[in-house]
Amino acid sequence: MDLRLSAEQDQLVDAFRSLYAKHAPPDRVRDAELVGHDPELWSQLQGLGVIEMAIDEDRGGWGASMLDLALVAEQHGRHVAPAPLIERQVAARALARLESPRLDDVLSGDRVTSIALHPSVDGVAPAVPAASVADDVLVLVGDALCLVPVSAGSAFENLGSMPLADVGTDGGEVLEGGAVARQVFETALDEWLLLTAAALIGLGARALEIGVEYARERIAFGVPIGSFQALSHPFADSAAALDGARLLAYEAAWAVDEDTDRARELAALAFAFGSESARDASYRSLHVHGGYGFMLEYDIQLYWRRARAWPAVWGAPPDGYRRAADARHGRR
Amino acid sequence: MDFRLGDNADSLRAALRAYLDEALTDEVEERLYRSGVSHDADFIGGLIDRGWFAPAWSEDLGGAGLDPTSVMVIFEELNRREAPMYATSVSLMVAKALVKFGTDEMRREIVPAVLRAETICVLGFTEPEAGSDVANAQTRAVRDGDEWMINGSKMFTTNAQLGDYIYLLTRSNPDERKHRGLTTFLVPLDHPGIEVQAVHTISGERTNIVYFNDVRVPDSARIGDVDGGWSVLTASLMDEQMASFAPWIVRLLEEVEAWAAETGRIDDPGVRERLGRVAAQVEVALLLRRRCTWMDEEGITRNVEGPMAKLFSSESLTQASQDMFDLIGPDALRSYPDPEAVRGGRIEYMMRFALGTTIYAGTSEIQRTQIAQRGLGLPR
Repeated sequence: MDLRLSAEQDQLVDAFRSLYAKHAPPDRVRDAELVGHDPELWSQLQGLGVIEMAIDEDRGGWGASMLDLALVAEQHGRHVAPAPLIERQVAARALARLESPRLDDVLSGDRVTSIALHPSVDGVAPAVPAASVADDVLVLVGDALCLVPVSAGSAFENLGSMPLADVGTDGGEVLEGGAVARQVFETALDEWLLLTAAALIGLGARALEIGVEYARERIAFGVPIGSFQALSHPFADSAAALDGARLLAYEAAWAVDEDTDRARELAALAFAFGSESARDASYRSLHVHGGYGFMLEYDIQLYWRRARAWPAVWGAPPDGYRRAADARHGRR
Repeated sequence: MDFRLGDNADSLRAALRAYLDEALTDEVEERLYRSGVSHDADFIGGLIDRGWFAPAWSEDLGGAGLDPTSVMVIFEELNRREAPMYATSVSLMVAKALVKFGTDEMRREIVPAVLRAETICVLGFTEPEAGSDVANAQTRAVRDGDEWMINGSKMFTTNAQLGDYIYLLTRSNPDERKHRGLTTFLVPLDHPGIEVQAVHTISGERTNIVYFNDVRVPDSARIGDVDGGWSVLTASLMDEQMASFAPWIVRLLEEVEAWAAETGRIDDPGVRERLGRVAAQVEVALLLRRRCTWMDEEGITRNVEGPMAKLFSSESLTQASQDMFDLIGPDALRSYPDPEAVRGGRIEYMMRFALGTTIYAGTSEIQRTQIAQRGLGLPR
């Protein structure tokens, strides 16, 4: 067993940590809440090569590992960054897997592509992440994976201030059909679940820090409130859960990179357990702020809302546990 | 990063599984269940023959001198099968303290006997009025020339009925602050004035309360300095800081998955969701424990990684065993002796067993306080 990051991975984390610190501080997150997207942040991320790194070298990318991508997603989550990093990476990887020439448009930056996490029903893919700021969306329509151009006007306000949209899927370009299409879709979903788990763990860890910092400073009854076990013990539970969730997400990423037969199960477990850990941590941190936690002015609410919204575009923790069990025991 | 434990670990695990399948017969399981005593001399003899009894001990002290990963694999497998190890593992923990703080005679006579499993030592820390606040021990040791007179009582002295020695924490100086007035002793349990009374517990395990009435021991029974008992004790408890109950959750999941497959309930999405949740708890509990081992292997000083492993695994075992009990329904009530019991009554048993895991080896509250203060930097 080796839990150490490589020197290159340390550098990768440092580079993204500085980028997010500079381009995604809380005031920038707030400024982007209306559309859920900060174009300047995205152009910085693009400048660091977030799409290229997600694509294999033989397809014109840099061939980063899934663990590398998870490390970046974790930093993304720490800053609740308003840029659709994960959806765009996962969509690009799916295009690469389909050997679609559309990948070139994405790599060149000419087209921005996202992915629907649920198949289209009655001609509509609902609540597609990053769709309101995308040119195209990959959608499973029946047994066909289609690339659907996004028409304006279907975005909606939401809990997580995310760039969500309902996407009409009639008239999309069929890229692949049958078993291959479904397989590419399921693999893309594994990757989205895993990277979202990593982002949620970064989010949860930062939410916990915010709560701990507040509990150390805030005085009540003549002492810092962090000395009360009614506060500090739930924080300890969150610290243990988040450490465990992080190890689980890294293990899942490693399993994808090594192509082990547990990759799908571990990705779904990481998603479900990571979601629970992040929402518990953000709830506890918000709560110790007392009434201030309820005010929009305090940063903790940014974390509480996204801890619930980011995973919900696919599903809740029970959905992740069922997906993991299906991978473990075979389809019913 | 690499999450493989390596080929050596994999083959060691396979060897242990094969041996445990053969050694832990139905008769052995039956005897352990009926007696409530986690000790079996024949079984331990088999471990000694194979070098799996004291794997972490160096070879010159009579151990196997194995690396931390191999040691971890051995305990993962022994604990997954609930092998009867408790009496001897406590004895080894006491022996470790004797190597560090004991007299020459203790090191020469008692330590090797523990490593041959011929001598059993039990813990005498907890008292009726001092549990988590272990430094508040009131059992008195009064010096009288070259001897000490001991009076008091010790709680949860598991295996004292079959043990040879008790590792005793006493109050030697009531005028000092509480951590500074403590002295530790190793006292033979057949000593006049010692009375062992059975205490039966909800898990079926038999433990004891031990009374000391004018027990007169020579100064040579002392471990460490006079009034220096706290540092002896904290060094001994260091091992407990990495206690993990992950292997019991592994076992729980295996049993419930087998039940779900046998009954066809495995196809129910609701059952799958709950099995998935336990699978996550298994994975996280194992990873938190394995992280400690990896740090030891790398020589990285641990902070609160041990308390996290202990807290998460014991709380998860408690929660998961209750949920699996609920999942199975009325048949989960049946205990081991009933031939109709689900999976030999293992789930019902595990729910009772789990209660203790959040209490001994440092309660969940003690672990959380350590994580909050040492890990998160929250004020005392």
